Amino acid sequence: MHAPTAAGTRVVVRDVRRVYSNGVVALDGVNLEVAPGEFVALLGPSGCGKSTLLRLVAGLDGPQGGTVKVGEERQRGATLDYRTAGGTGVAFVFQDAHLLPWRTVLKNAALPLELSGVERSRRLEAARAALEQVGLSDALGRYPNQLSGGMRMRVSLARALVTDPRLLLLDEPFAALDEITRHRLDEQLLDIWRRRGMTVLFVTHSISEAVFLAQRAVVLSRRPGRVVLDHRIDLPVERTGALRMSTEFEREAQALYETLRREEPL
Amino acid sequence: MSDSPVRRHGAAFLPPALVFVIAVTLAEVLIRVLQVPQYLLPPPSAILQTLRREGSELWGAAMETGWAALVGFLMSAAGGVLAAIVLSSAAWVQRAFYPYAVFFQTVPVIAIAPLLVVWLGYGPPTVVASAFIVSVFPVVANTLAGLLSTDPALRDLFRLYGATWPATLLKLRLPFALPAVLTGLRIAAGLAVIGAIVGEFIAGGGLGGVIDVSLTQQRVDKVFAGVLLASVLGLTLFLAINLISRLVLRRWHASEQV
Repeated sequence: MHAPTAAGTRVVVRDVRRVYSNGVVALDGVNLEVAPGEFVALLGPSGCGKSTLLRLVAGLDGPQGGTVKVGEERQRGATLDYRTAGGTGVAFVFQDAHLLPWRTVLKNAALPLELSGVERSRRLEAARAALEQVGLSDALGRYPNQLSGGMRMRVSLARALVTDPRLLLLDEPFAALDEITRHRLDEQLLDIWRRRGMTVLFVTHSISEAVFLAQRAVVLSRRPGRVVLDHRIDLPVERTGALRMSTEFEREAQALYETLRREEPL
Repeated sequence: MSDSPVRRHGAAFLPPALVFVIAVTLAEVLIRVLQVPQYLLPPPSAILQTLRREGSELWGAAMETGWAALVGFLMSAAGGVLAAIVLSSAAWVQRAFYPYAVFFQTVPVIAIAPLLVVWLGYGPPTVVASAFIVSVFPVVANTLAGLLSTDPALRDLFRLYGATWPATLLKLRLPFALPAVLTGLRIAAGLAVIGAIVGEFIAGGGLGGVIDVSLTQQRVDKVFAGVLLASVLGLTLFLAINLISRLVLRRWHASEQV
């Protein structure tokens, strides 16, 4: 009853400090360790630096203090160069789909492989497989503006999965979708995670989404953000829609709610 | 029924055509009734007659101007996009060089056209240069704005996957800027024709030359015929850009989706 861990990578964040160019301290003294193959939800009041932390882990920004370690790659104060760290296999899903509007669904999903120089027929095949996993097999030739918001987000997810990442970072990916679509995508994501076993860091502001998806929920404090709660979610790995109505689910949500309410100003 | 092509195009062309017919008729009637002398303002029918009688001379001149404007425009398109790419490469490059790009916008081409004659002589090179100078800035400004407005999330994505600078330019930034580039080209098309004619005022030849000479001969009808042909040239270039824009963008950009 546990997820496979071989395909995931370890993330170690030590004493990380991040200051924006305007002098605002976004993160200070953040410590976080994520085991290979673990699914961790990152919660916190708005503006607490959840997304900032995710960007540091992705190597898109560098910390002003402390270290971020992904897999065997070590970095200190500098952005990670993914051209040399191709094996690290980090993928990032943004809050909105951010697709290339001039490309079809298939070519959007194949983009990461195209950029890393994978030969055409192989990358299109991988893109087809990734799109099938998110249930978009019959939309390959369509353009983003012909898709619904939920479908666009699925393409974005397929684009992240196409490189077979060992670490999947998601920044409030389904926040803009309606609840039904969001639940469906949550379930799809869980299913993919169980089958592939990559490490997942999922930023959300929804307590129920965090409880439903994650094995562990980490709550950040108000700015400057630091970890105030590291809570193991005591629910079975196999999760279905019915779980959302159960008392165990309610109990876990309540625990997170108390902490979050203390952190939210007013 | 309502979106059949015939009806759609009919709806698009009918109003301007109607305005044209009414305006021309009104001008014809007014000029005749008020007995405005020919050397001040010829009626549309007289201009039409001139176009027919001296058609081959005017047509030849229009072709000459058209070629010069086209070459100047193509130079603007290529040079403008290239300059914008260079300017967008770094903030300090932009700060250092952009003011000089603005120079092209503010320079009175009519004032430096005589200089162009000194440098390039009487003839097509001066006319082409004049067309280029007038039309290059809108291309630079619009392309630059387009290149600088690339979706930051997508830039991050390209960075995450180790995209090279040329790959990011070709697969992300230029396609993203394309609608803005085409806006710049649309403006440049009209300006290139104006620039060519201004050049011809000084350097001679083409419609500019015809207009200039006709003025000294008090042939106002011929001046108008030349002006008419010049605007037809600008319009043709403009429509060509519109067509290209439609073909390139119709799949994905809101501006080309009816």
